[in-house]
Amino acid sequence: MRGKRVLTGKYFMMGNMACAEGAVAAGCEFAAGYPITPATEIANRLAERLPQVGGVFLQMEDEISSMAAIIGASWTGKKVMTATSGPGISLMLENIGFAVGVETPCVIVNVQRGAPTTGMPTAGVCGDMVQPKRGSHGDYEIIALCPASPQEMFAHTIMAFNLAEKYRTPVFILADAFVGHMREEVIIPEPEDIPLINRRIPETGTEPQAIKGFLDEEVAPMPIFGRGFKSHVTSSCHDEYGKRNLSDLAALDNFVCRLSNKILKHKKDIIMVERDYEGAEVVLVSYGAVSRAARTAALRAREEGLPVGTLRLITPWPFPQEEIEEMARKVRRVVVLENNLGQLYPFIKAEAARHSEVFFLPPRIIGEIHDPESILKKIKEVC
Amino acid sequence: MREIIHPLHRFIRPGVLATTNCPGCGNGIAAQAILRAIDELGLNLDDFIFVTGIGCSAWIPSPFFNVDVLHTTHGRPIAFALGIKMGLPQKKVVVTSGDGDLAAIGGNHLIHNARRNVEMVVICLNNGIYGMTGGQAAPTTPLGLKTATTPYGTFENPFDISGLVMAAGASFVARWTTYHPRQLTASIKKAIQKKGFSFIEVITQCPVQFGRKTGSGSAVEMLKEYKGRSISVKEAAKLTEEEIRGRIVVGELRDKDVPEMLSEINKIKERVLKEKA
Repeated sequence: MRGKRVLTGKYFMMGNMACAEGAVAAGCEFAAGYPITPATEIANRLAERLPQVGGVFLQMEDEISSMAAIIGASWTGKKVMTATSGPGISLMLENIGFAVGVETPCVIVNVQRGAPTTGMPTAGVCGDMVQPKRGSHGDYEIIALCPASPQEMFAHTIMAFNLAEKYRTPVFILADAFVGHMREEVIIPEPEDIPLINRRIPETGTEPQAIKGFLDEEVAPMPIFGRGFKSHVTSSCHDEYGKRNLSDLAALDNFVCRLSNKILKHKKDIIMVERDYEGAEVVLVSYGAVSRAARTAALRAREEGLPVGTLRLITPWPFPQEEIEEMARKVRRVVVLENNLGQLYPFIKAEAARHSEVFFLPPRIIGEIHDPESILKKIKEVC
Repeated sequence: MREIIHPLHRFIRPGVLATTNCPGCGNGIAAQAILRAIDELGLNLDDFIFVTGIGCSAWIPSPFFNVDVLHTTHGRPIAFALGIKMGLPQKKVVVTSGDGDLAAIGGNHLIHNARRNVEMVVICLNNGIYGMTGGQAAPTTPLGLKTATTPYGTFENPFDISGLVMAAGASFVARWTTYHPRQLTASIKKAIQKKGFSFIEVITQCPVQFGRKTGSGSAVEMLKEYKGRSISVKEAAKLTEEEIRGRIVVGELRDKDVPEMLSEINKIKERVLKEKA
């Protein structure tokens, strides 16, 4: 008998544990990683849980090979993931670009920590917000989710697997040490209440030469290995059949644009925001752990009669530009709250500043979540 | 007139018309040895997954062999291959790559998977130079050789890659040159059947880059040189280290049974599932 994939019940659980449980519930069969604070609990939990459901966790020699191994396993049809923190992502970036280029479903969890380089491993700082989008070389699109609670670490991990499978692409969970190490109530639903998506695969027996396995803006079926598809998978510029083309610039244009359009054309389906700014004049824009402080501050402001609302970005990537513009049209002031020096601020400002005045509020000190009182003070300043 | 078709033609991907290799390149000899080994074992290409890195030797199966191929990033093919083997343990996973890819940028994955003794075949085409980028020094370039990045001669000791892989714990290691296609084919056959990490180093000629740098000239001259310098493992064992300096020790350097990682994982999985039941 195999162990249960979905541990239905009500728990007091750490965010990183909830992430691992979300992965197992989503059908993850293979994970590879390298120990790193503050993400290690995910690896520890997967190493215990995956063999119970017939899967495997491998501790690799580094993060480069962790990313490589999960891509390899994904090409055999498995649902796969890795979990790390900023320094690990820095090492994975080349292979993350590879996964984008050959359209490989996989989930990458970044439990972000403080500062560039080694920094402060136990401090929660959303310092890698643009890295998923711009970290690997070349133009590409990525999907990222930003959980704000252990419950969302569970739910977003499942969503990440579903989006990865649906769009054949790497999907990031951009957590941080706050959310990863936070312990809160986590409710794991019944398996039948967890909707799962599996990638499309060409029908067995399809003539290999006829398989268009790449570069479809509506997502090509994945010609996974071991089924007689004789797939030629190269991250070099290739056509819809996977055939390499290193001389024709039209082929390059096709390669770059179609990969990006595959995500951009489906923004409406992918992008998630939480809106609460009906009738507001000032809107607090935030994501992740900081959105909890923003929410508290907005409620207090309203108690004082100030017309304050919130917009929370659940998916920072693809960037929700229309959602931000739509909000900015309706309000006078926008205050961007980030637990960093303003990483998404320029992107938000680019959309919002045409319609409203945009301000940025960092935390009092980097690594400390905004105190709702300080947010309230800023609101009064800009009102 | 009857059309003459090469007996290995059925292994070539339809629609692929020409090789990307330079004239005289040793890749063709290695490619034939691999396909002959598969043919002689009575296996089908559908029994295999090929994985390659970056460099000339990555182009041996990609796109030429009519098989599932993952052409990966520079230095990482073994790490990708490990993931593939985890997902498809019943398939034969073969990596072909060069000395720069496997021993320089990818050295860590080479030694760790040799240590894990994961069942896979790694064929290292060692031409002692970075061919594709135009003749830069590799970790295998002989001391003192002038290359594009060492215009005054190299000042580093070259790697003994087979020795490295043996020390790391692989179960099968062989070294041949492109002068020894039959022996190479026989070793590839053994490697494919070996339950463990099998490493085959193929000393191969790059007449265009290496040949020009050393002045050793044409492919034929280089093969002749391999013939002259090669010495069997048995003969080499009788000589001192000093006496075999500059020689190429060829043969099966290691063939032993070492616990294989996937088998060990399966034992653990069975135990865990039993405990859960």
